Amino acid sequence: MKDLIYLKDVVTLRVDTDKCTGCAMCLEVCPHGVLAIDEKRVRIGNRDACMECGACSRNCPVDAMSVEAGVGCAAAVINGMLNWQGTACCCSVDPNNPSAGKAAGTCCS
Amino acid sequence: MAPLVACAASDSEVPLRPPRLEQTFVTGSVAGPSGKIPQVLSVLKRLDHWGSIKARWGVGRMHYAVDPGLYALGSPQECSPVLVTANYKMSFDCLREALPGRDAWILVLETEGINVWCAAGKGTFGTEELIRRITASGLKDMVKHRDLILPQLGAPGVAAHLVRKQSGFKVHYGPILARDVAAYLDANLRATAEMRRKAFPLRERAVLIPIEIVATLKPAMIIIPILLLISGFGGEEGFLRNIAHDGIFSLLAFLCAILSGAVLTPLLLPYLPGRAFTSKGIAVGLPLAMVLLYAWGPDLRSWRNILFGGAWLLLIPALSAYLAMNFTGASTYTSLSGVKREMRWALPLEIGAGLSGFATLLASRFF
Repeated sequence: MKDLIYLKDVVTLRVDTDKCTGCAMCLEVCPHGVLAIDEKRVRIGNRDACMECGACSRNCPVDAMSVEAGVGCAAAVINGMLNWQGTACCCSVDPNNPSAGKAAGTCCS
Repeated sequence: MAPLVACAASDSEVPLRPPRLEQTFVTGSVAGPSGKIPQVLSVLKRLDHWGSIKARWGVGRMHYAVDPGLYALGSPQECSPVLVTANYKMSFDCLREALPGRDAWILVLETEGINVWCAAGKGTFGTEELIRRITASGLKDMVKHRDLILPQLGAPGVAAHLVRKQSGFKVHYGPILARDVAAYLDANLRATAEMRRKAFPLRERAVLIPIEIVATLKPAMIIIPILLLISGFGGEEGFLRNIAHDGIFSLLAFLCAILSGAVLTPLLLPYLPGRAFTSKGIAVGLPLAMVLLYAWGPDLRSWRNILFGGAWLLLIPALSAYLAMNFTGASTYTSLSGVKREMRWALPLEIGAGLSGFATLLASRFF
């Protein structure tokens, strides 16, 4: 089955190709095959597939990837707006830092 | 049993206790440099399965945890692989169950009973905690090599290059799913492209449904009596007869909305039109509302019925859309930027339709 894709042209992912050394660590950790590599430089191949989990930027040793990582969870955003500690999903979020936490993820399948 | 609350992630002063031997799933122990290391098997017991079922239904889910620290799966040696996971018991069980007949070390991080991916997003499954557990567990004295295998979905919280610099251990990101770990080990720590992609297949969507339903229970306990009460007023028949007709319909319609948003939308997710979850929720809710109203077959010469039916034509899609929107949190591919974008139009729409539906419902009782 084709991968599910969320909204178009919304994500904050950016690559600084000048800094990139082509180590490809970001390609390895990306769970949605967003990135590609051309001649030792990483580029964004499938931007809309990005879920802003932040794995690439966290594991980039030269700080070439940037993304406003966060939880794509409406309940968490609402809880954040209302200053609640939500328990509706696993992404109970710190109201002071609503961008922390990521929901879902079942390890069993 | 009181939940064992270990030291907070930021509190590095408190010494880390080793995992207890007297946890239900621990079958024995192996000798370590500073005491016994609990030993576990890859075969799950009935109690483990029962715990998973309960957690899926939200029972004890927030404290479904194992003690963090080092465990022995089977009889690992100093060359055996070290697998790192979260202390959500379902994550821990998933991992050991996927490795029948193998010996390995399992290093469990303190994630407060949250799964790897969620905890990585929060940073509790993170660089600092990993380094702290490596030191506290005495792992360096247990293994000759300096390799750790982490689930790929732990990567949002762990900076592999920093772990290496600070602990000497090289982080290898293994496959996303525990069931692929054996193949990954056999392939000399190489994962196929497929193992690195997070899909969201029917089965994974289906297991999330119970918790979505449980989340609606509390509000439903308040809303259902109100709906029944409202339905009793007005009309030519008595209060109780009104409840028997319109009240039961309201109840059915409300349950239909939950069915639509929390069950059918997750199940049908890839086949529903639109990218926004709200659109998908409406795409199920609106036809369902129409079918329900058609089956009810009201006498459309009365204003009471027209308004009552119209109210539910608004309320079912609105509620379905709201529940569908909240499923973004359980899905595996929605970005925060996207969710915020969706909510900007979806939340006003859902609240608007919900309030006007409720007002219409009240208005229908004056006829």
